[in-house]
Amino acid sequence: MDAPGKKKLKVATTSLAGCFGCHMSFLDIDERLFTLLDYIEFDRSPLTDIKEVSPDCDLGIIEGGLCNAENVHVLREFRKNCKVLVAIGACAVNGGLPAQRNHLPLSTILEEVYHTSPGLANGLIPNDPELPLPLNKVHPIHEVVKIDYFLPGCPPSGDAIWKFLTDLLAGREPELGHGLMHYD
Amino acid sequence: MTYNLETAAHPEKLRRVAIDPVSRVEGHGKVTILLDDQNKVHQVRLHIVEFRGFEKFIQGRPYWEVPVMVQRLCGICPVSHHLAASKAMDVIVGARKLTPTAEKLRRLMHYGQMLQSHALHFFHLCSPDLLFGFDSDVTKRNIVGVAAAHPETAKRGVLLRKFGQEVIRHTAGKRVHGTGSVPGGVNKALTVAERDELLKDIYPIIAWSRDAVHLIQKVHIQDPGLYNSFGIFRSNFMSIVGHNGDLDFYHGSLRARDDNGKLIFDGVDYQDYDRYIEEEVKPWSYMKFPFLRSIGKENGWYKVGPLARVQNCDQIPTPFAEHERKEFVDYAGGTPMHAPLAYHWTRMIEMLHAAEAIKELLHDDDLLGADLVVQGERRTDGVGVIEAPRGTLFHHYRVDENDVVTMANLIVSTTNNNQAMNEAVRHVARRYLHGREVTEGLLNHIEVAIRAFDPCLSCATHALGKMPLEVELVDAEGALVHRLSRS
Repeated sequence: MDAPGKKKLKVATTSLAGCFGCHMSFLDIDERLFTLLDYIEFDRSPLTDIKEVSPDCDLGIIEGGLCNAENVHVLREFRKNCKVLVAIGACAVNGGLPAQRNHLPLSTILEEVYHTSPGLANGLIPNDPELPLPLNKVHPIHEVVKIDYFLPGCPPSGDAIWKFLTDLLAGREPELGHGLMHYD
Repeated sequence: MTYNLETAAHPEKLRRVAIDPVSRVEGHGKVTILLDDQNKVHQVRLHIVEFRGFEKFIQGRPYWEVPVMVQRLCGICPVSHHLAASKAMDVIVGARKLTPTAEKLRRLMHYGQMLQSHALHFFHLCSPDLLFGFDSDVTKRNIVGVAAAHPETAKRGVLLRKFGQEVIRHTAGKRVHGTGSVPGGVNKALTVAERDELLKDIYPIIAWSRDAVHLIQKVHIQDPGLYNSFGIFRSNFMSIVGHNGDLDFYHGSLRARDDNGKLIFDGVDYQDYDRYIEEEVKPWSYMKFPFLRSIGKENGWYKVGPLARVQNCDQIPTPFAEHERKEFVDYAGGTPMHAPLAYHWTRMIEMLHAAEAIKELLHDDDLLGADLVVQGERRTDGVGVIEAPRGTLFHHYRVDENDVVTMANLIVSTTNNNQAMNEAVRHVARRYLHGREVTEGLLNHIEVAIRAFDPCLSCATHALGKMPLEVELVDAEGALVHRLSRS
């Protein structure tokens, strides 16, 4: 990478239907985080208190797939406001483990959990308008918006994320290569 | 025990303010506040807005997949789920007692996780509030701001977390979502080279952990008016405690106390957890509300996690952390401390204990052993419980004769704190927002109260798909005649 320029790239991140493990892997770049901060600033992210993604973001990083209407809304906001959008990790790329619910009807699951499970004092399906509507199936994010890069792995390692970001910051086409490209 | 701001009488006449998403916490949650024309608070709720369905879709899978699958509930504390599921499957495969190598390797993995998770929460997520103030500049109120203003503190936070992650990598194979623990034991011992690599760094890790305790202790006692009362509510508390009442994150029996510290139960075998805990559903959250059966849902809810554990145990079995525990107990003045912000102080005491326990384990040659797995008489029902970074975590499975999971029930740490977190935010809303113009800084006060509990909202969104309670009447050929289900 070149020496840090005047303008830092603005990076927004979010976790949709994911486990936060990809964000943890991002932090697994360890002390290289401080180097990265010479080149980027964080916009909306679980690490900051910025709640809306700013209209001039350079890079959006999406962890997790889509399991409810709010996930879809947030994803569209990211696409609208980020020049480059990246799907990071198994759930964003193909739905991941949460998509294992896709062979079950949602109504059956809700019924089973909130009415018939043992140890319940009362039976009731949460239905408040504040709760976003669940989707019938969990979807990978490229089914809804255009994705520029896919970073596989559950999660991709800190080294893979570092290689990807430093390639991008240096103006190279990102390439993980052998050892960093994996799906587990 | 409760502030009654859960449900407004006439919500349709009120103005809604939302904190969405709650940030600098793990997972997806939002807070809604209903205010009248004079900005008086009528309703405050922390909603868990997502669910995923793990308990349902692992039904039908072979049992040995479960420890690897269920850790995908949470990327911050995957080891907790990995190990709680493994412990339940130990019961299933009849592994009543693991080999010393297996048990110590699992402990090492777990204490590594406790260290990294507590460091992440304190330094990366919460230190901006504690160092800069709850209503400080929103653009600097994050780890980047801490790195600029307190570079050494930020660096230590990153390196403490890194060390914990390396302990996990060496014991589980990967930093996030490893595979080291299997039903009946582990699949890999530590090599001499791996042990020596970890030993090389352990002494600064212990020293920095002690410094972290002293940092938060100082912040706390310098402002008792804030730290001893912010978001305060009284409640019962619960955790597992180990042998002789030791603080033990990996194994023990259940102990609960009331708000005065008096024992409610003690020495309870967690295989019987469902006789002691019941759950309530509320329409406005996907997260259930657990409570102690013997007391009932009105007053039987409780808190879990560092503040509960450090006050529930009789002692901490490592010297530096035990010294800090006594300091804390002295400060509390002989009665239980209920202030949510005291979670931070006790969390750092636990991080110190984890660092010391890792050191002791690394000096134990059992870690290098070759005897990794045991099995015994198969059973069909198993419960695994562990103290995860955020509190007591329950995994319960049934497995049939074809090795297939037929039932799963999980009560995750954050769910145990559901009512407690709601009480804390209601207290803060009443104290700080009531009758005032709502500002970003005031809203952050609400989030500060939530963050104190270190909620793992991803873990909390698993809640789906337990075994239905069903009675089936079948005829002599096995055909279904009639089916009843509780609903």
